[in-house]
Amino acid sequence: MQFSEAWLRCLVNPALDVRQLGHLLTMAGLEVEAVEPVAAPFTRVVVGEILAAEKHPNADRLQICRVHVGDAEPLTIVCGAPNARPGLKTACALIGAVLPGDFQIRQAKVRGVLSHGMLCSAKELGISADASGILELATDAPVGAGLRDWLGLDDHLLTLKLTPNRGDCLSLQGIAREVAALTDSPMTPVDCSPVTATLEDVFPVHIYAETACPRYCGRVIRGIDAKAVTPVWMVRRLERSGLRSIHPVVDVTNYVLLELGQPMHGFDLARLRGSLRVRMAHVGEALTLLSGQAIALKDHSLVIADDSGPLALAGIMGGEGSGVTQDSRDVFLEAAHFTPEALAGRARGYALSTDSSHRFERGVDPELPMQAMQRATRLILDICGGRAGPVTMAGPGAPTRKSIRFRPGRARRLLGFDLEDGHMRDILSRLGMTTQPMPEGMRVTVPSHRFDINQEVDLIEEIARVHGYDDIPAADPRGIHVMLPAGERIRPAKEIRNILTSRGYQEVVTYSFISDELDADFRDEGGAISLLNPIASQMGVMRGSLLAGLLQTLRHNLNHGQERLRLFELGRVFIRTGAEEQPLRAAGLAYGTALPEQWGDKARSLDFYDLRADLEALFHPTRANFTSGRHPALHPGQCAQIDVHGTRVGWLGALHPALRQKYGLNRPPYLFEVDLGALMQRPMPGHAGVSRLPAVRRDIAVVVDEDVPAGALLAAVNSRKPGLVAEFSLFDIYQGKGVMDGKKSLAFKMLVQHTEKTLTDSEIDAAVLDVLQILKNDFDASLRS
Amino acid sequence: MTPEDILKDAEQAFATAASLPTLDQVKARFLGKAGAITEQMKGLGGLPPEARKAAGARINEVKGQVEALLKARREAIQAAELERQLAAESLDVSLPGRGEVMGGRHPVTRTLERIESLFASIGFVVADGPEIETDFYNFTALNIPEDHPARAMHDTFYLRDGSLLRTHTSPVQVRFMQTHRPPIRIIAPGRVYRCDSDVTHTPMFHQVEGLWVDESVSFADLKGVLADFMARFFERDNLPVRFRPSFFPFTEPSAEVDIGCVICDGAGCRVCSHTGWLEVLGCGMVHPNVFGHVGIDGERYQGFAFGLGVERLAMLRYGVDDLRLFFENDLRFLKQFA
Repeated sequence: MQFSEAWLRCLVNPALDVRQLGHLLTMAGLEVEAVEPVAAPFTRVVVGEILAAEKHPNADRLQICRVHVGDAEPLTIVCGAPNARPGLKTACALIGAVLPGDFQIRQAKVRGVLSHGMLCSAKELGISADASGILELATDAPVGAGLRDWLGLDDHLLTLKLTPNRGDCLSLQGIAREVAALTDSPMTPVDCSPVTATLEDVFPVHIYAETACPRYCGRVIRGIDAKAVTPVWMVRRLERSGLRSIHPVVDVTNYVLLELGQPMHGFDLARLRGSLRVRMAHVGEALTLLSGQAIALKDHSLVIADDSGPLALAGIMGGEGSGVTQDSRDVFLEAAHFTPEALAGRARGYALSTDSSHRFERGVDPELPMQAMQRATRLILDICGGRAGPVTMAGPGAPTRKSIRFRPGRARRLLGFDLEDGHMRDILSRLGMTTQPMPEGMRVTVPSHRFDINQEVDLIEEIARVHGYDDIPAADPRGIHVMLPAGERIRPAKEIRNILTSRGYQEVVTYSFISDELDADFRDEGGAISLLNPIASQMGVMRGSLLAGLLQTLRHNLNHGQERLRLFELGRVFIRTGAEEQPLRAAGLAYGTALPEQWGDKARSLDFYDLRADLEALFHPTRANFTSGRHPALHPGQCAQIDVHGTRVGWLGALHPALRQKYGLNRPPYLFEVDLGALMQRPMPGHAGVSRLPAVRRDIAVVVDEDVPAGALLAAVNSRKPGLVAEFSLFDIYQGKGVMDGKKSLAFKMLVQHTEKTLTDSEIDAAVLDVLQILKNDFDASLRS
Repeated sequence: MTPEDILKDAEQAFATAASLPTLDQVKARFLGKAGAITEQMKGLGGLPPEARKAAGARINEVKGQVEALLKARREAIQAAELERQLAAESLDVSLPGRGEVMGGRHPVTRTLERIESLFASIGFVVADGPEIETDFYNFTALNIPEDHPARAMHDTFYLRDGSLLRTHTSPVQVRFMQTHRPPIRIIAPGRVYRCDSDVTHTPMFHQVEGLWVDESVSFADLKGVLADFMARFFERDNLPVRFRPSFFPFTEPSAEVDIGCVICDGAGCRVCSHTGWLEVLGCGMVHPNVFGHVGIDGERYQGFAFGLGVERLAMLRYGVDDLRLFFENDLRFLKQFA
């Protein structure tokens, strides 16, 4: 909502400058987005009339003008504007004038001719960007008058960014009411007194949708003057609210919209057939709007129709064939109330947004149609002449509003400070509300223009707002003396980030939506979830795996000169199984050498086991189980499924060579993705006793088929080993001379220990034999000789 | 040889021994079983008894002196050897360390962790909720009916089944209040989505929702907690904070919070559009209709909620001038926040 400061001051004029006024409104919840002067500062510029203009003897494009500025002698001024001509009234900067940009006007010779001033364009005066010629003023502009006064340039444009609840401030009257209440100043009311009918003509109106349109006022005005022009003051106010002057009747309806907030419409009476009906549209009906747009009406839309069909989209826009035009002599004015529920979302449904729909969607004072009708009638008769008929009023009117119970004690409790009852009553009365005492407080009646106020808390907000949020004391923050729970079996995400960052991983945050194709390449379970209205097609699907974003990040950074990357992300993935699932996961990607390029170390390419160590660290002390698995994005021979306590919790592996080629990567990225919930669980430690006796180490090497996974041997022994075996771990793998083809030798370290006594050799040998027996039974492993 | 000769001889012999093994060999010449001192001792028996005592004392004296010389020389050799070893083992300590280097957190995470720890210090716990939400939790339960103009402020991404990507973290309020009774003190950080993309908007960003509900949590508490938070977050004790009336369907009274511009200290700059103020969050007292939707008695309980934009705070805190940098994930950008 943009408006002129000067116009507002005609309605309410507190002793505040424009900056203070802006601050006042902002701090009352009507945020002032911009305050701009109508024109840049300048002095000594007056209305001048060009009496004569003749060609400059020494310059093709210059003219020597004789300009009357109210003095006895006209001034001689050299001017280069193409539109400088005798009879034109324009802006004349006198000697001594200072124009925007601190440009001083002095007497000067222009190509040998003395010039006593300057004729100015709108741009030179900082009024607009128009520099095509000098300003063209109205023929009735008084010669010699100060230009700033004549054009009302000592004015500002204020732009309000209104919240949707304050539809009542989408008018000058509404803003003025607010300013009056905030500053406790008097307000000059807009003249909405009844205009007596001098005609008997009426045009019948029937409402078939009284819930959506509880009030419709109509009036016939006949015999308007075709030559009438909109007065300058009105054009100026319209322009300063961003509206162009179109036709006097249209200008008046627009003016009333701005002044009172009531959208109106002017029909050409000659084009109306039969009677007017306010009804819901029928499917299949069509309407061509004023804008020229042809629409197929939807049956949720309210229309104004006559016997021939729909004429206007009620509360949104008039139709092309029925509105007032230059040829109209008799008009039918509409001022109606349409409810927000009836208009909500309708304009958007036709890709429309108009000044009218904007207001009706937010709410308009239901009592306003009659006042607006009187106001508009008076302005039209003043400007266009003609005679008015009586106002036709249809519909039951808005339901009377219930009063609201208000408890001052509740306000004090909610706001948290001591406000006196009398002060609150005073604020309510400044806002036009009336109060009556009742037990525990008062009963408040709200004026019709504050349709946003319906319950006690709305009144409390009004009191807080008018009192001023700044003047509500801030309470000292109160600590809570109850300790927060700290589950020891939970590893916070912060710790998981710590582990990854200390192992060289950089965290990234990538978009949750990716392309269909990328998602298909990386999704490991469930179906894709796509957006109905994606912002771009490559952001059309909710990611099914974090790996996709990591791969994109890898490529972005390789393109920007990086060679070695370790990335991770924590976030949700989105999976359609039966319903939508949104589990949290942690994923990582590593690319390039095992270590950053450094001295004293032979660069080694990263491999599967480097990442496996990272994952072991992430799960520590829980022991995750890694078994060969299949994942669509991973190398089938270098892919591990990760299980914890028998449940699959994630994947680890090298990117599938086909994808590596598709995404143009020179080296294989290694990737992992695990369920964050699994990572966040950790066992509660418990003391199991520490032996004071030394452990005995025995190393054994066994030979098995080469395709037997080493992890299987470890898992088998670790789950079934004799109690004396404290540790069983792998320390070497060997194939080659001394081991048959198709076999491999695995060397294990065993620590044998008893917590209370020193073991004999035979006891130790028995433990080793037990282990060998497990390996023999399960894997046909033989002791390497 | 006289004892004096022996002493002189030993002094010379020890001095020429360059290593401990050599020194040990030389030592034998004087103090060994057949060494000069032992020989002298043996020779005492041939002396007249009256001279024996003085000569013995003299030999013992010389023996002590030889031993002292030996000890001194041994220590000198050891010291020299240690010196040589140290010289041989000295490193170029200016060479960089080896091994993996540290990674780092994303600046959004860094900011979130900071916000979480500030609120944890006054008893707020972290709550979480889904990112694919229903219309009920994202709008209806928050007092935003269908087709309400307030919905136009949220450019919503929809899925085929009618669910949507949450446009704010406020649905977590509703979910939490459905399952917990007051006193409630939570913050809910997370991703939110709006169908908007230009220089100052990304279709995904992060918010932190906060909610404190109890019997007497008031607007004055709201002002106190949020003003304190802003001052602590920016580490400026005298940070100007102002509360402006605003409108959110799920709170009333509602407020926007502005802080004095942390870039220009209120003097006016490009970041604050020359106003000296920066809008940083929206807040208000929980609307009675929201309490109604979750079955909490709005006559007995009251409280405040707020929602703040994490990227906005991160940009102001770290001087980031382009929102889109957060999601480009260029390592040259990310590494600045290690």
